[in-house]
Order: sequence, then structure tokens, then C-alpha cells
Amino acid sequence: MSSGDNQSAAASSGAGPSGPGGRGAGTAHAGQPASRRSPVQLAVGGVILLIFLGFPVVITDPTTNSIAFFALVFMVASAAWNMFSGYTGYLALGHAVFFGSGGYALALLCAHLNVGGGWPSFALLPLCGIVAALIAIPIGLIALRTRRHTFVVVTIAIFFIFQLVAYNVGFTGGTSGLFLPLPPFAGNNNKPFYYVALVILLLTVAVSWLVRRSRFGLQLLSIRDDEDRALGLGVKTRRLKLSAFVLSAFFVGMIGGLYFDFIGQVFPNTAYDPLFDLSIALMAFFGGLGTLAGPLLGALVLESLQQYLTLSFSSNGTYLIAYGVLFLLVILIMPRGVVPAVTDLVKRRRLKAMVAHPEAEQQLAGVAG
Amino acid sequence: MSGTAFLEAVIDGILTGGVYALMAAGLTLIFGVMDIINIAQGIMVILGAYLSLWLSVDLGIGLLPGLLITVPLMFCLGVAIEFCFMRRLRDQDRAQMSILVTYAVAIVIEGILTAIVGDNYQQLSASYVNSSVHMFGFYLPDIYLIGFGLAIALLAGLYYMLYRTKFGRAVRASLQNRTAADLIGIDVNRVRTVSVGIGVAVTAVGGMLFGATNSFNPGTGYDLISRLLAIVILGGIGSIAGAMGAAVFILVINDVVAAWWSPTWAPIVYFAALVAVLSFRPQGLFGRVAVRAQ
Repeated sequence: MSSGDNQSAAASSGAGPSGPGGRGAGTAHAGQPASRRSPVQLAVGGVILLIFLGFPVVITDPTTNSIAFFALVFMVASAAWNMFSGYTGYLALGHAVFFGSGGYALALLCAHLNVGGGWPSFALLPLCGIVAALIAIPIGLIALRTRRHTFVVVTIAIFFIFQLVAYNVGFTGGTSGLFLPLPPFAGNNNKPFYYVALVILLLTVAVSWLVRRSRFGLQLLSIRDDEDRALGLGVKTRRLKLSAFVLSAFFVGMIGGLYFDFIGQVFPNTAYDPLFDLSIALMAFFGGLGTLAGPLLGALVLESLQQYLTLSFSSNGTYLIAYGVLFLLVILIMPRGVVPAVTDLVKRRRLKAMVAHPEAEQQLAGVAG
Repeated sequence: MSGTAFLEAVIDGILTGGVYALMAAGLTLIFGVMDIINIAQGIMVILGAYLSLWLSVDLGIGLLPGLLITVPLMFCLGVAIEFCFMRRLRDQDRAQMSILVTYAVAIVIEGILTAIVGDNYQQLSASYVNSSVHMFGFYLPDIYLIGFGLAIALLAGLYYMLYRTKFGRAVRASLQNRTAADLIGIDVNRVRTVSVGIGVAVTAVGGMLFGATNSFNPGTGYDLISRLLAIVILGGIGSIAGAMGAAVFILVINDVVAAWWSPTWAPIVYFAALVAVLSFRPQGLFGRVAVRAQ
């Protein structure tokens, strides 16, 4: 019928190998509906969840726990970014706007509503998300008028406007920033932050998964594959792009609030950090853009690595070199990211085994090999 | 705001605009020929500035003669990056992947610079950096005039190369249609490699001039790349004349707002101008086509 529906067939069967030179190379690898998930996959998911739940209980070292917390934060941010950029193909490099605004929103809300640190401030996190989503509406309306390179540049420009405004207006505290209320937890207890981040992560993954397998998600993918044709076929591209953008901003804003709650203060240069913009994109690419698990894996590996390297080598630039070199290597070896590359490998193995097993098909195997 | 102050801001904007135009010309050349956004262009300018610094401080080679060494070095860096990374990107996802690859390159360069020199701010110095000349009733720093002259000369050279030589014709052909250029016997890969080399080589000159007029550290590259991208997009992708016009436009706005209102709000005004222009003219002020056929 339409290109979108063809994509849906490929995506929902979960078996369609990506065609040679297919733009939507990642399409076939994610969002397989539950019916196709084998018990093994469910068991693996359950084990991973248990590991995440048990991690701070087993390993009580506060430094390691804070690294785990940062990894969770970036997993949420990268997955949320992927919900817009990965699915629609529009590379947004200004998501720090939502991250930082979430932080400022929480700081201001806590100060004006006299809310204490810890659990009461966590209750305000959805509001931070809503603030970020409200900010995203006008930004999306402006930026989504443009495409490709121009879109990238417009999002960067809007990002810098926010950073400069945060430096220069009164209510953000300017260069000295804002402080968040201290959490009442005993010293170095990161566990509440960790578990709240985990809850937000589960929520984000669930929404990302629902989007991915819904009609909405398919329409987003059709925008990525060929926007003009999608438009011609009656996909309301503008409305959809904006919805995905706002949805993505909501989660980034929420986790931004939590992140700065943990850090304890918000400064313009930490709230609106160009490295954040690029890091979450890097993480999503590392794992596999447009896939469900890719950004999660990318963020988990890269953020833990970055935190570890920063701690080990302080700030003399070594961690930047290691980070950059690792990423370049991954791009050279697996240009589409880790998750699609591994899925392909597994699929090829399985196919080979399937073909090689029956003796009658030995010849076919010879041809394929 | 008095008339003289306004005029002075405009002149300042035009003079610094020339230097930015040169740096942006390299970016727009790579952008046009390769369809690649070189995020590393900002940090490469800073690298160029550091190269000039080391040559002048450690080896006693002046800033201007030092360019004879730094320009070929940066050219080789550009060729190496194109050969190792950019060439390997597939056509379909080049636009997206290039941003990340060049960003990773930028991180590596930033990391190396930070490891060597730390975060301290530096500035290049030479006899002509601090002197100025009295002209039309204004005191104009010599380095601004030298920079503007050098930038204009190089831009003219670049323009001549692109529009009057056989190589330039090959570049423009590859820019318009890669397949067709391939078919009529142009070695597109070679054209691309050389173009990236030239695009990166201009950062050696840009870096020297930037370093002499601004203080810099390895982190300055981010601020710079945002300005350069703004210039390139505003000028229209692949257009050197457009980059020139946009650079002067943005820097005049910047300097006039800085003089008339406050330096802190100047960048906001030009970023806002950029967003406003692009909302109505996605192809930029001087560009002809909004996006290439998808």
C-alpha cells in the first residue's frame, strides 16, 4: 500500500533483513511485537532488570553507585532523544535545552514552593518534564520548519540562545547558578536517586517501545525514510514530528530535574552543555540509532566509561582521547552501531545453521557460503 | 549611541568578518563537496592557533612566516581525516554520521591539546598584534587590517581556484552531481580528498588570526563552531561568496549590538537573527536550494 505499510510489514515480522542500501537499515531490528519475543528473550530481560534492581544492594560503594546513577540518567536521555531523532531521522543537537530547563525548573519550584530535598523534590519531577515539554512546543514549531543540516544548526542555535539567556537573566542566578535543597538521606546514600532514575528509565523504555510498535511510530519511521512521500500519502508529518519532539523533551526534562537534584546546583554551563547535546547522540549512534536497545547500551557503556576515565585520569584530557578513539573505532567497524551489527551477525549465524543442517540443502549452503 | 561609535562597530565587524569568512569558507567547501558538516572545524582553528603559538614561542618563527609550515601541516591533517574516516561513510547516512565522526575527531584533538597545554587561556603575540594605525579618524589595530587583507587575499585565491581552474570545475561538478562527475571521468575521490585538505588548511591561517585577536583554550572550539555553522548555513551551503556575506552580516550585528546595548546580549541577537532568517528562508540568505534532493 504505502511505504509506511511496507515498513510495518518488515518491522512487525521482525525477520526482514534490511535490504542492501536501505535507508531504514535499523528498521527491521527493533520493535518486534511481544508475540514474537521468545521466552529466552523475556528471561534475559528479566535477568537484566534484576541486575539493575540489585546493583546498589550488592555493590554499596557510593562512588560506583554514583557512576551507575549517571549511566541511568544518560540511558534515559539517550533513549528519549532516540524517540525523536532516531525514529524521525531529524538530528536534534539541542536537547540540553530540555535537560537544563528541567534542572532549573526543579530548582525554582523547590525554592518557591518551599519543597525540601529528597522524596518531596522527586514528586516534582513530572512537573519538570511538563516544563520541558512546554518549552519544546515553540522550539519545535520553529525548528521543524527546516530539514537536515539546517535543522541541526537551528537546534544548536536555539541551544546557545538558552545558554546565553541563562547566563544573563535574573531568575536563573546568572553565573552563580541556583542551589537545590539538600537531600535528607544519610551521607553518600545515592540509592534513592538511583531507584528513581531506574523508574524513569523503565517508563521511558516502555513509552519508547509503545511508540515504536504503534501506528504513530510507523508514521515517524516513514518520515525518516522519505518525508515527502509520507506527506504525499497522507501522513500528517508536521503534527507527528512535533508530538515526538515534545514527548522526547518531556523525558529529558524529567531526568534533567533528577540529575541536577543529585548534583545539588545548576549553572548555565552545566545545564546547557554542548557536550551533553552531542553525548546523547553519540550514545544512540554507538548502540544503534532508531533501535530500542541501542541507545540504552550505548549510554550504559559510554557514560560508565567516561565517568571511570574521568575519575582515573582526572581532567588532563586522556578520557577525551579514549572516548573519541573508541567511538571512531566503533564507527569504522560497525558503521550502523553495535546492536544492529550484532543482530545481523546472530541472524546470519542462525540462517547458516538452518541452511546447513538438512542434508538436502547442503548445496544451497555452498551457494550462500 | 553616537555616529562614530556605530561606524567603528561596523568597521570592526567588517574586519573580523573577513577572518570568520575565511574559516567558514573552509567549512562550506567541505560541506558543499562532501555533504559533510565538519564539527571539528572549530577545534582545528584552535589547533592552528596552538601550532602558531608553539612555532613562535618555542622555535622563534614569526606568526606570518610560520604559516608556511602550519598550512601544509593542516592540509595533511585534513587529507588524513578524509582518507581514514569520511571516505568510509556510505552516501545514505553521510549527513548524520559525518557530524558524529567529525565530533569524535574534535574530541580527540581537544583531548590531546588539553593533555599538552591544559585549560589556560593563551594569546598570540607579535609586534603587529598590539600596534594600531590611525585611519579615517579611527585607531585600527594592525592585526585586524593584516587579518582582513590576508583573509580577502586567500578568499580571492579560493574563488579563483573554484571558478577559473580545471580543478575548480571538477570540484563544482562533484558538488552538483557525484555520479555524473564520475561518469565524465573526474576522480571524485581525489577531488574530495583535496577539497577537505584545502578546507582544513585554511584553519591554519584562521587559527593564527583568531589566536592573535582573541584569547583561546582547547574549549574555545565549541563557541567557534557554532558561529561558523551559523555563517555557513546563513550564507547558503557551498557558497564562498555567501559565507563572506553572512560572516560580515553576523559580525556587524554582533559588534553593533555589543557597542549599542551590551556585549553579553550580542550573541543572542545574532543567533535569534539566524533562527528567524532560517525559519523563512531555509536555504539561507544567499543560497539557492534549501536541501539537496533526498
